[in-house]
Amino acid sequence: MHIPDGFLDPKIWVGASAVSAGALAAAVSNTRKVLEDRQVPALGVMAAFIFAAQMINFPVAGGTSGHLLGGALAAILLGPWSAGLILTTVLVIQMLFFYDGGLTALGANVLNMAVIAPWVAYGTYRLLGGLFRGNAGRTVATFLAAWLSVMAAALACSLEIAFSGTVPLAVVLPAMLGWHALIGIGEGLITVVVVSFVSRLWGLEQPGQKSYAGGEQL
Amino acid sequence: MNRKNLIWGLLVALAIAAILSPFASPSPDGLERVAEDKGFLHLAEGKELIHALMPDYVFPGIASEGLATSLAGLVGTLLVFAAMYLLSRVFVRPKGNAGKGRS
Repeated sequence: MHIPDGFLDPKIWVGASAVSAGALAAAVSNTRKVLEDRQVPALGVMAAFIFAAQMINFPVAGGTSGHLLGGALAAILLGPWSAGLILTTVLVIQMLFFYDGGLTALGANVLNMAVIAPWVAYGTYRLLGGLFRGNAGRTVATFLAAWLSVMAAALACSLEIAFSGTVPLAVVLPAMLGWHALIGIGEGLITVVVVSFVSRLWGLEQPGQKSYAGGEQL
Repeated sequence: MNRKNLIWGLLVALAIAAILSPFASPSPDGLERVAEDKGFLHLAEGKELIHALMPDYVFPGIASEGLATSLAGLVGTLLVFAAMYLLSRVFVRPKGNAGKGRS
């Protein structure tokens, strides 16, 4: 879902960059309060894993592919503030070295994938995690959090493109949500598998617990 | 989570980037597909604002496409790890700030 240069007009990409810059500043100041020295390498490993996983496009249907975004994965395992820093780092490296996502669109891409996706995932996970207990409940909460994070990012991406005057919202929105409803299933499955594996390793059992690796309340 | 698990985590990431990446689906992703179908993909063409080292995840100067992708994946994964690690050290846990958490 990396927006290239050329899809957004200046008012949208400047606006999105301003919102993203504010969110990043808040992420730095919030992680600063909770992150411990020994937890720094975990952020690096999560960022490396998400970058690698994003390279693996899986086919969804009719000649379209998708890949993990990782916003939900990072938010559920390390917290939404750390997730924002992780996804932003991935997006900046992807833009600078691989030109995946445009230079002017970086702010919008950060907003969609490093801010909106992790927070929607985190909110959904906390909400549903409080409703359903036990392992099965956690699995459902994780899956839906991941699926919704992709849908929310696709919605934001559609709005940015439509309000740039590139294509009408009524045209771009149904198409984006349709494809990403399918891609989101892949996101949900991968997130469930990795989260259940890593949380067993880290002893994370329920939402609300402090992440051993990230310091944030999950 | 200890040092051993982290090293394993990084190795898994490197393995995914090096071994699985050549087998990734070459089909357009969701946004690219929509841009193609709805006729606005051309807006991105010729708009390159920067000269990236490995555009489209292809390491330059390698004849084999699969190997070029693997190498780009390896380099990218290490770059992301190093960048994240250094940025966290510099901005989140600068020296003198140490001891604020319970390390």
